[in-house]
Amino acid sequence: MGSIIKNRYLILRRISQLTILFLYFAANYWGLKILMGNLSFSKLFNTIPLTDPYAFLQMLFAGAVISSDLIIGVVIILLFYGLIGGRAYCSWVCPVNMITDFAAWVRRKTHHEKDNLINATKIRNFRYVFMVMMLIVSTVVGAAAFEFISPIGMFTRAVAFTLGFSWVWLLVIFIFDAFVLKNGWCGHICPVGAMYSIVGSKSIIRVWHNKDNCTACGECLKICPENQVLSPVIDKKSDYISGIECTNCGRCIEVCNDNALEFTLRYIINKKGENNEKTATN
Amino acid sequence: MDNKRRQFITSLIQASAAAAAGGTIVGAFVEENKNKPLTLRPPGALKEEDFLKTCIRCGLCVEACKNRENKVIIDGNEIITLKLGAPGDNVAIGTPYFIARTGPCFMCDDIPCMYACPTGALTPDMCKNDKGEVAIDYAKMGVAVIDPSSCIAFWGLQCTACYRACPEMDKAITIEWKKNERTGKHAYRIPVVHEDACTGCGMCEMACVTEKAAIKVFPRDVFLGKAGDRYVKGWDKKDQQRVKNASTKTTTETGRSKLSPIQNLNQGVTWDQ
Ligand code: SF4
Ligand code: SF4
Ligand code: SF4
Ligand code: SF4
Ligand code: SF4
Repeated sequence: MGSIIKNRYLILRRISQLTILFLYFAANYWGLKILMGNLSFSKLFNTIPLTDPYAFLQMLFAGAVISSDLIIGVVIILLFYGLIGGRAYCSWVCPVNMITDFAAWVRRKTHHEKDNLINATKIRNFRYVFMVMMLIVSTVVGAAAFEFISPIGMFTRAVAFTLGFSWVWLLVIFIFDAFVLKNGWCGHICPVGAMYSIVGSKSIIRVWHNKDNCTACGECLKICPENQVLSPVIDKKSDYISGIECTNCGRCIEVCNDNALEFTLRYIINKKGENNEKTATN
Repeated sequence: MDNKRRQFITSLIQASAAAAAGGTIVGAFVEENKNKPLTLRPPGALKEEDFLKTCIRCGLCVEACKNRENKVIIDGNEIITLKLGAPGDNVAIGTPYFIARTGPCFMCDDIPCMYACPTGALTPDMCKNDKGEVAIDYAKMGVAVIDPSSCIAFWGLQCTACYRACPEMDKAITIEWKKNERTGKHAYRIPVVHEDACTGCGMCEMACVTEKAAIKVFPRDVFLGKAGDRYVKGWDKKDQQRVKNASTKTTTETGRSKLSPIQNLNQGVTWDQ
């Protein structure tokens, strides 16, 4: 029971990710009309369109004529993550997260956390540049370029439709993350994650850090896949984790034994701010 | 501060260089991957180039095809037409396609696949006749092509399997009777495809009795030629209309263009008088 509470967000995230995959599968195999399609475009209850904004952008750059369904779907997704979820797509929806989490777990178990073949800090901006680059490539080749290599597309299609050689690419992602670069794919390359970072930068669901409780043990920094968002705050001030790359996964909250971290709503509730040195407004 | 800024700019330049390299690799991969001219698309598909821009690879068309009302069971196996391209399928990744020999399009009256598409990559506009009526009979998924060397009807054997399987029987495939001079008393019954009525569904290809189908469906762009404005069916009024505005200018100038047509035709001929 204790370990369930300890891993509550992990369990909820896996339930969320697996349910979505299952619904896609069920839509294709049994015609269950709850969630149809895949993560590039879905239909919820056979009516509400949901569009991946990055796929949409690529289509725009490729020069496609855009249908109204796609536009409505993009607006819904942007409103959801922009106002509420932040970068939650990456840790609560995207199935590739299960692979990269597994790779990170392998790193921890084998005590190879720091062994990178690539210098991580040097390529921190890579994903943003790559995101733009893929749009340019889409224009040049006249097709949504990232969709050809997207492991997200491969994974969801493999579950809902056919696998083919998709597993090779998914294995590459695992090996890359486990042995080449820590959090390599999600944390440094994936342009969809980069896009959701930007989209969700002003969202209201945020992790709150209470400096008074913090014992500076550093456990949260160890587990966080984007720990550059924690370091400016942890043990320095009571504040929201406002770094745009925070995926709202809640791993830091689970790992903290001193109740220094919790989910909270930015902008709306600010009563915890009594002791903070800087009142959170950004 | 200056140092920090320099570091930032350096890291940005490094990231850009890496992204440019990555972009080039991905670009080359995409170019290679999307260039699969033999892919058969579902009914109502845009021209391949526009289709690749527009299809978001959601698979809703495939789901609609799989869950269509009338399941087709052959030898106990449910036949599903549309598939979504996975790596290794030799199709642009994630896009819908079908393989005529094993899973032709059964030409559903209500065209569920086409109406399921949210992007317009499959659109009723591409499934219309001249009068603007939409029906599956006006689909142009491909065109059937016969290999006379392996079609046993050309050997003089009785077949017509493709003809009888065709949903557009007597329009897309007709049977031409010809005298079999070898036996003197039999007829050849030769299947003939008419491209204007053929939808490219592939029912003929699935039905063909030969070991490897003697009739195959190809994307229309791949197989159909174009006579151009230079050649006119004199017996057809409409065809005269077609070339009404044709230009008479010669666009290809070669050494031969300098000669008159008569000179050209008679070149190299020695008259034996
Ligand atoms: S895990 Fe908790 S106590 Fe430890 S450094 Fe992080 S916030 Fe502070
Ligand atoms: S018309 Fe053809 S491709 Fe479309 S659902 Fe029917 S069988 Fe499938
Ligand atoms: S439904 Fe349309 S957009 Fe979706 S995979 Fe089929 S053709 Fe592409
Ligand atoms: S000739 Fe073949 S491909 Fe064309 S409509 Fe008939 S069965 Fe379909
Ligand atoms: S089914 Fe095949 S072999 Fe028979 S007539 Fe048609 S093309 Fe020829």
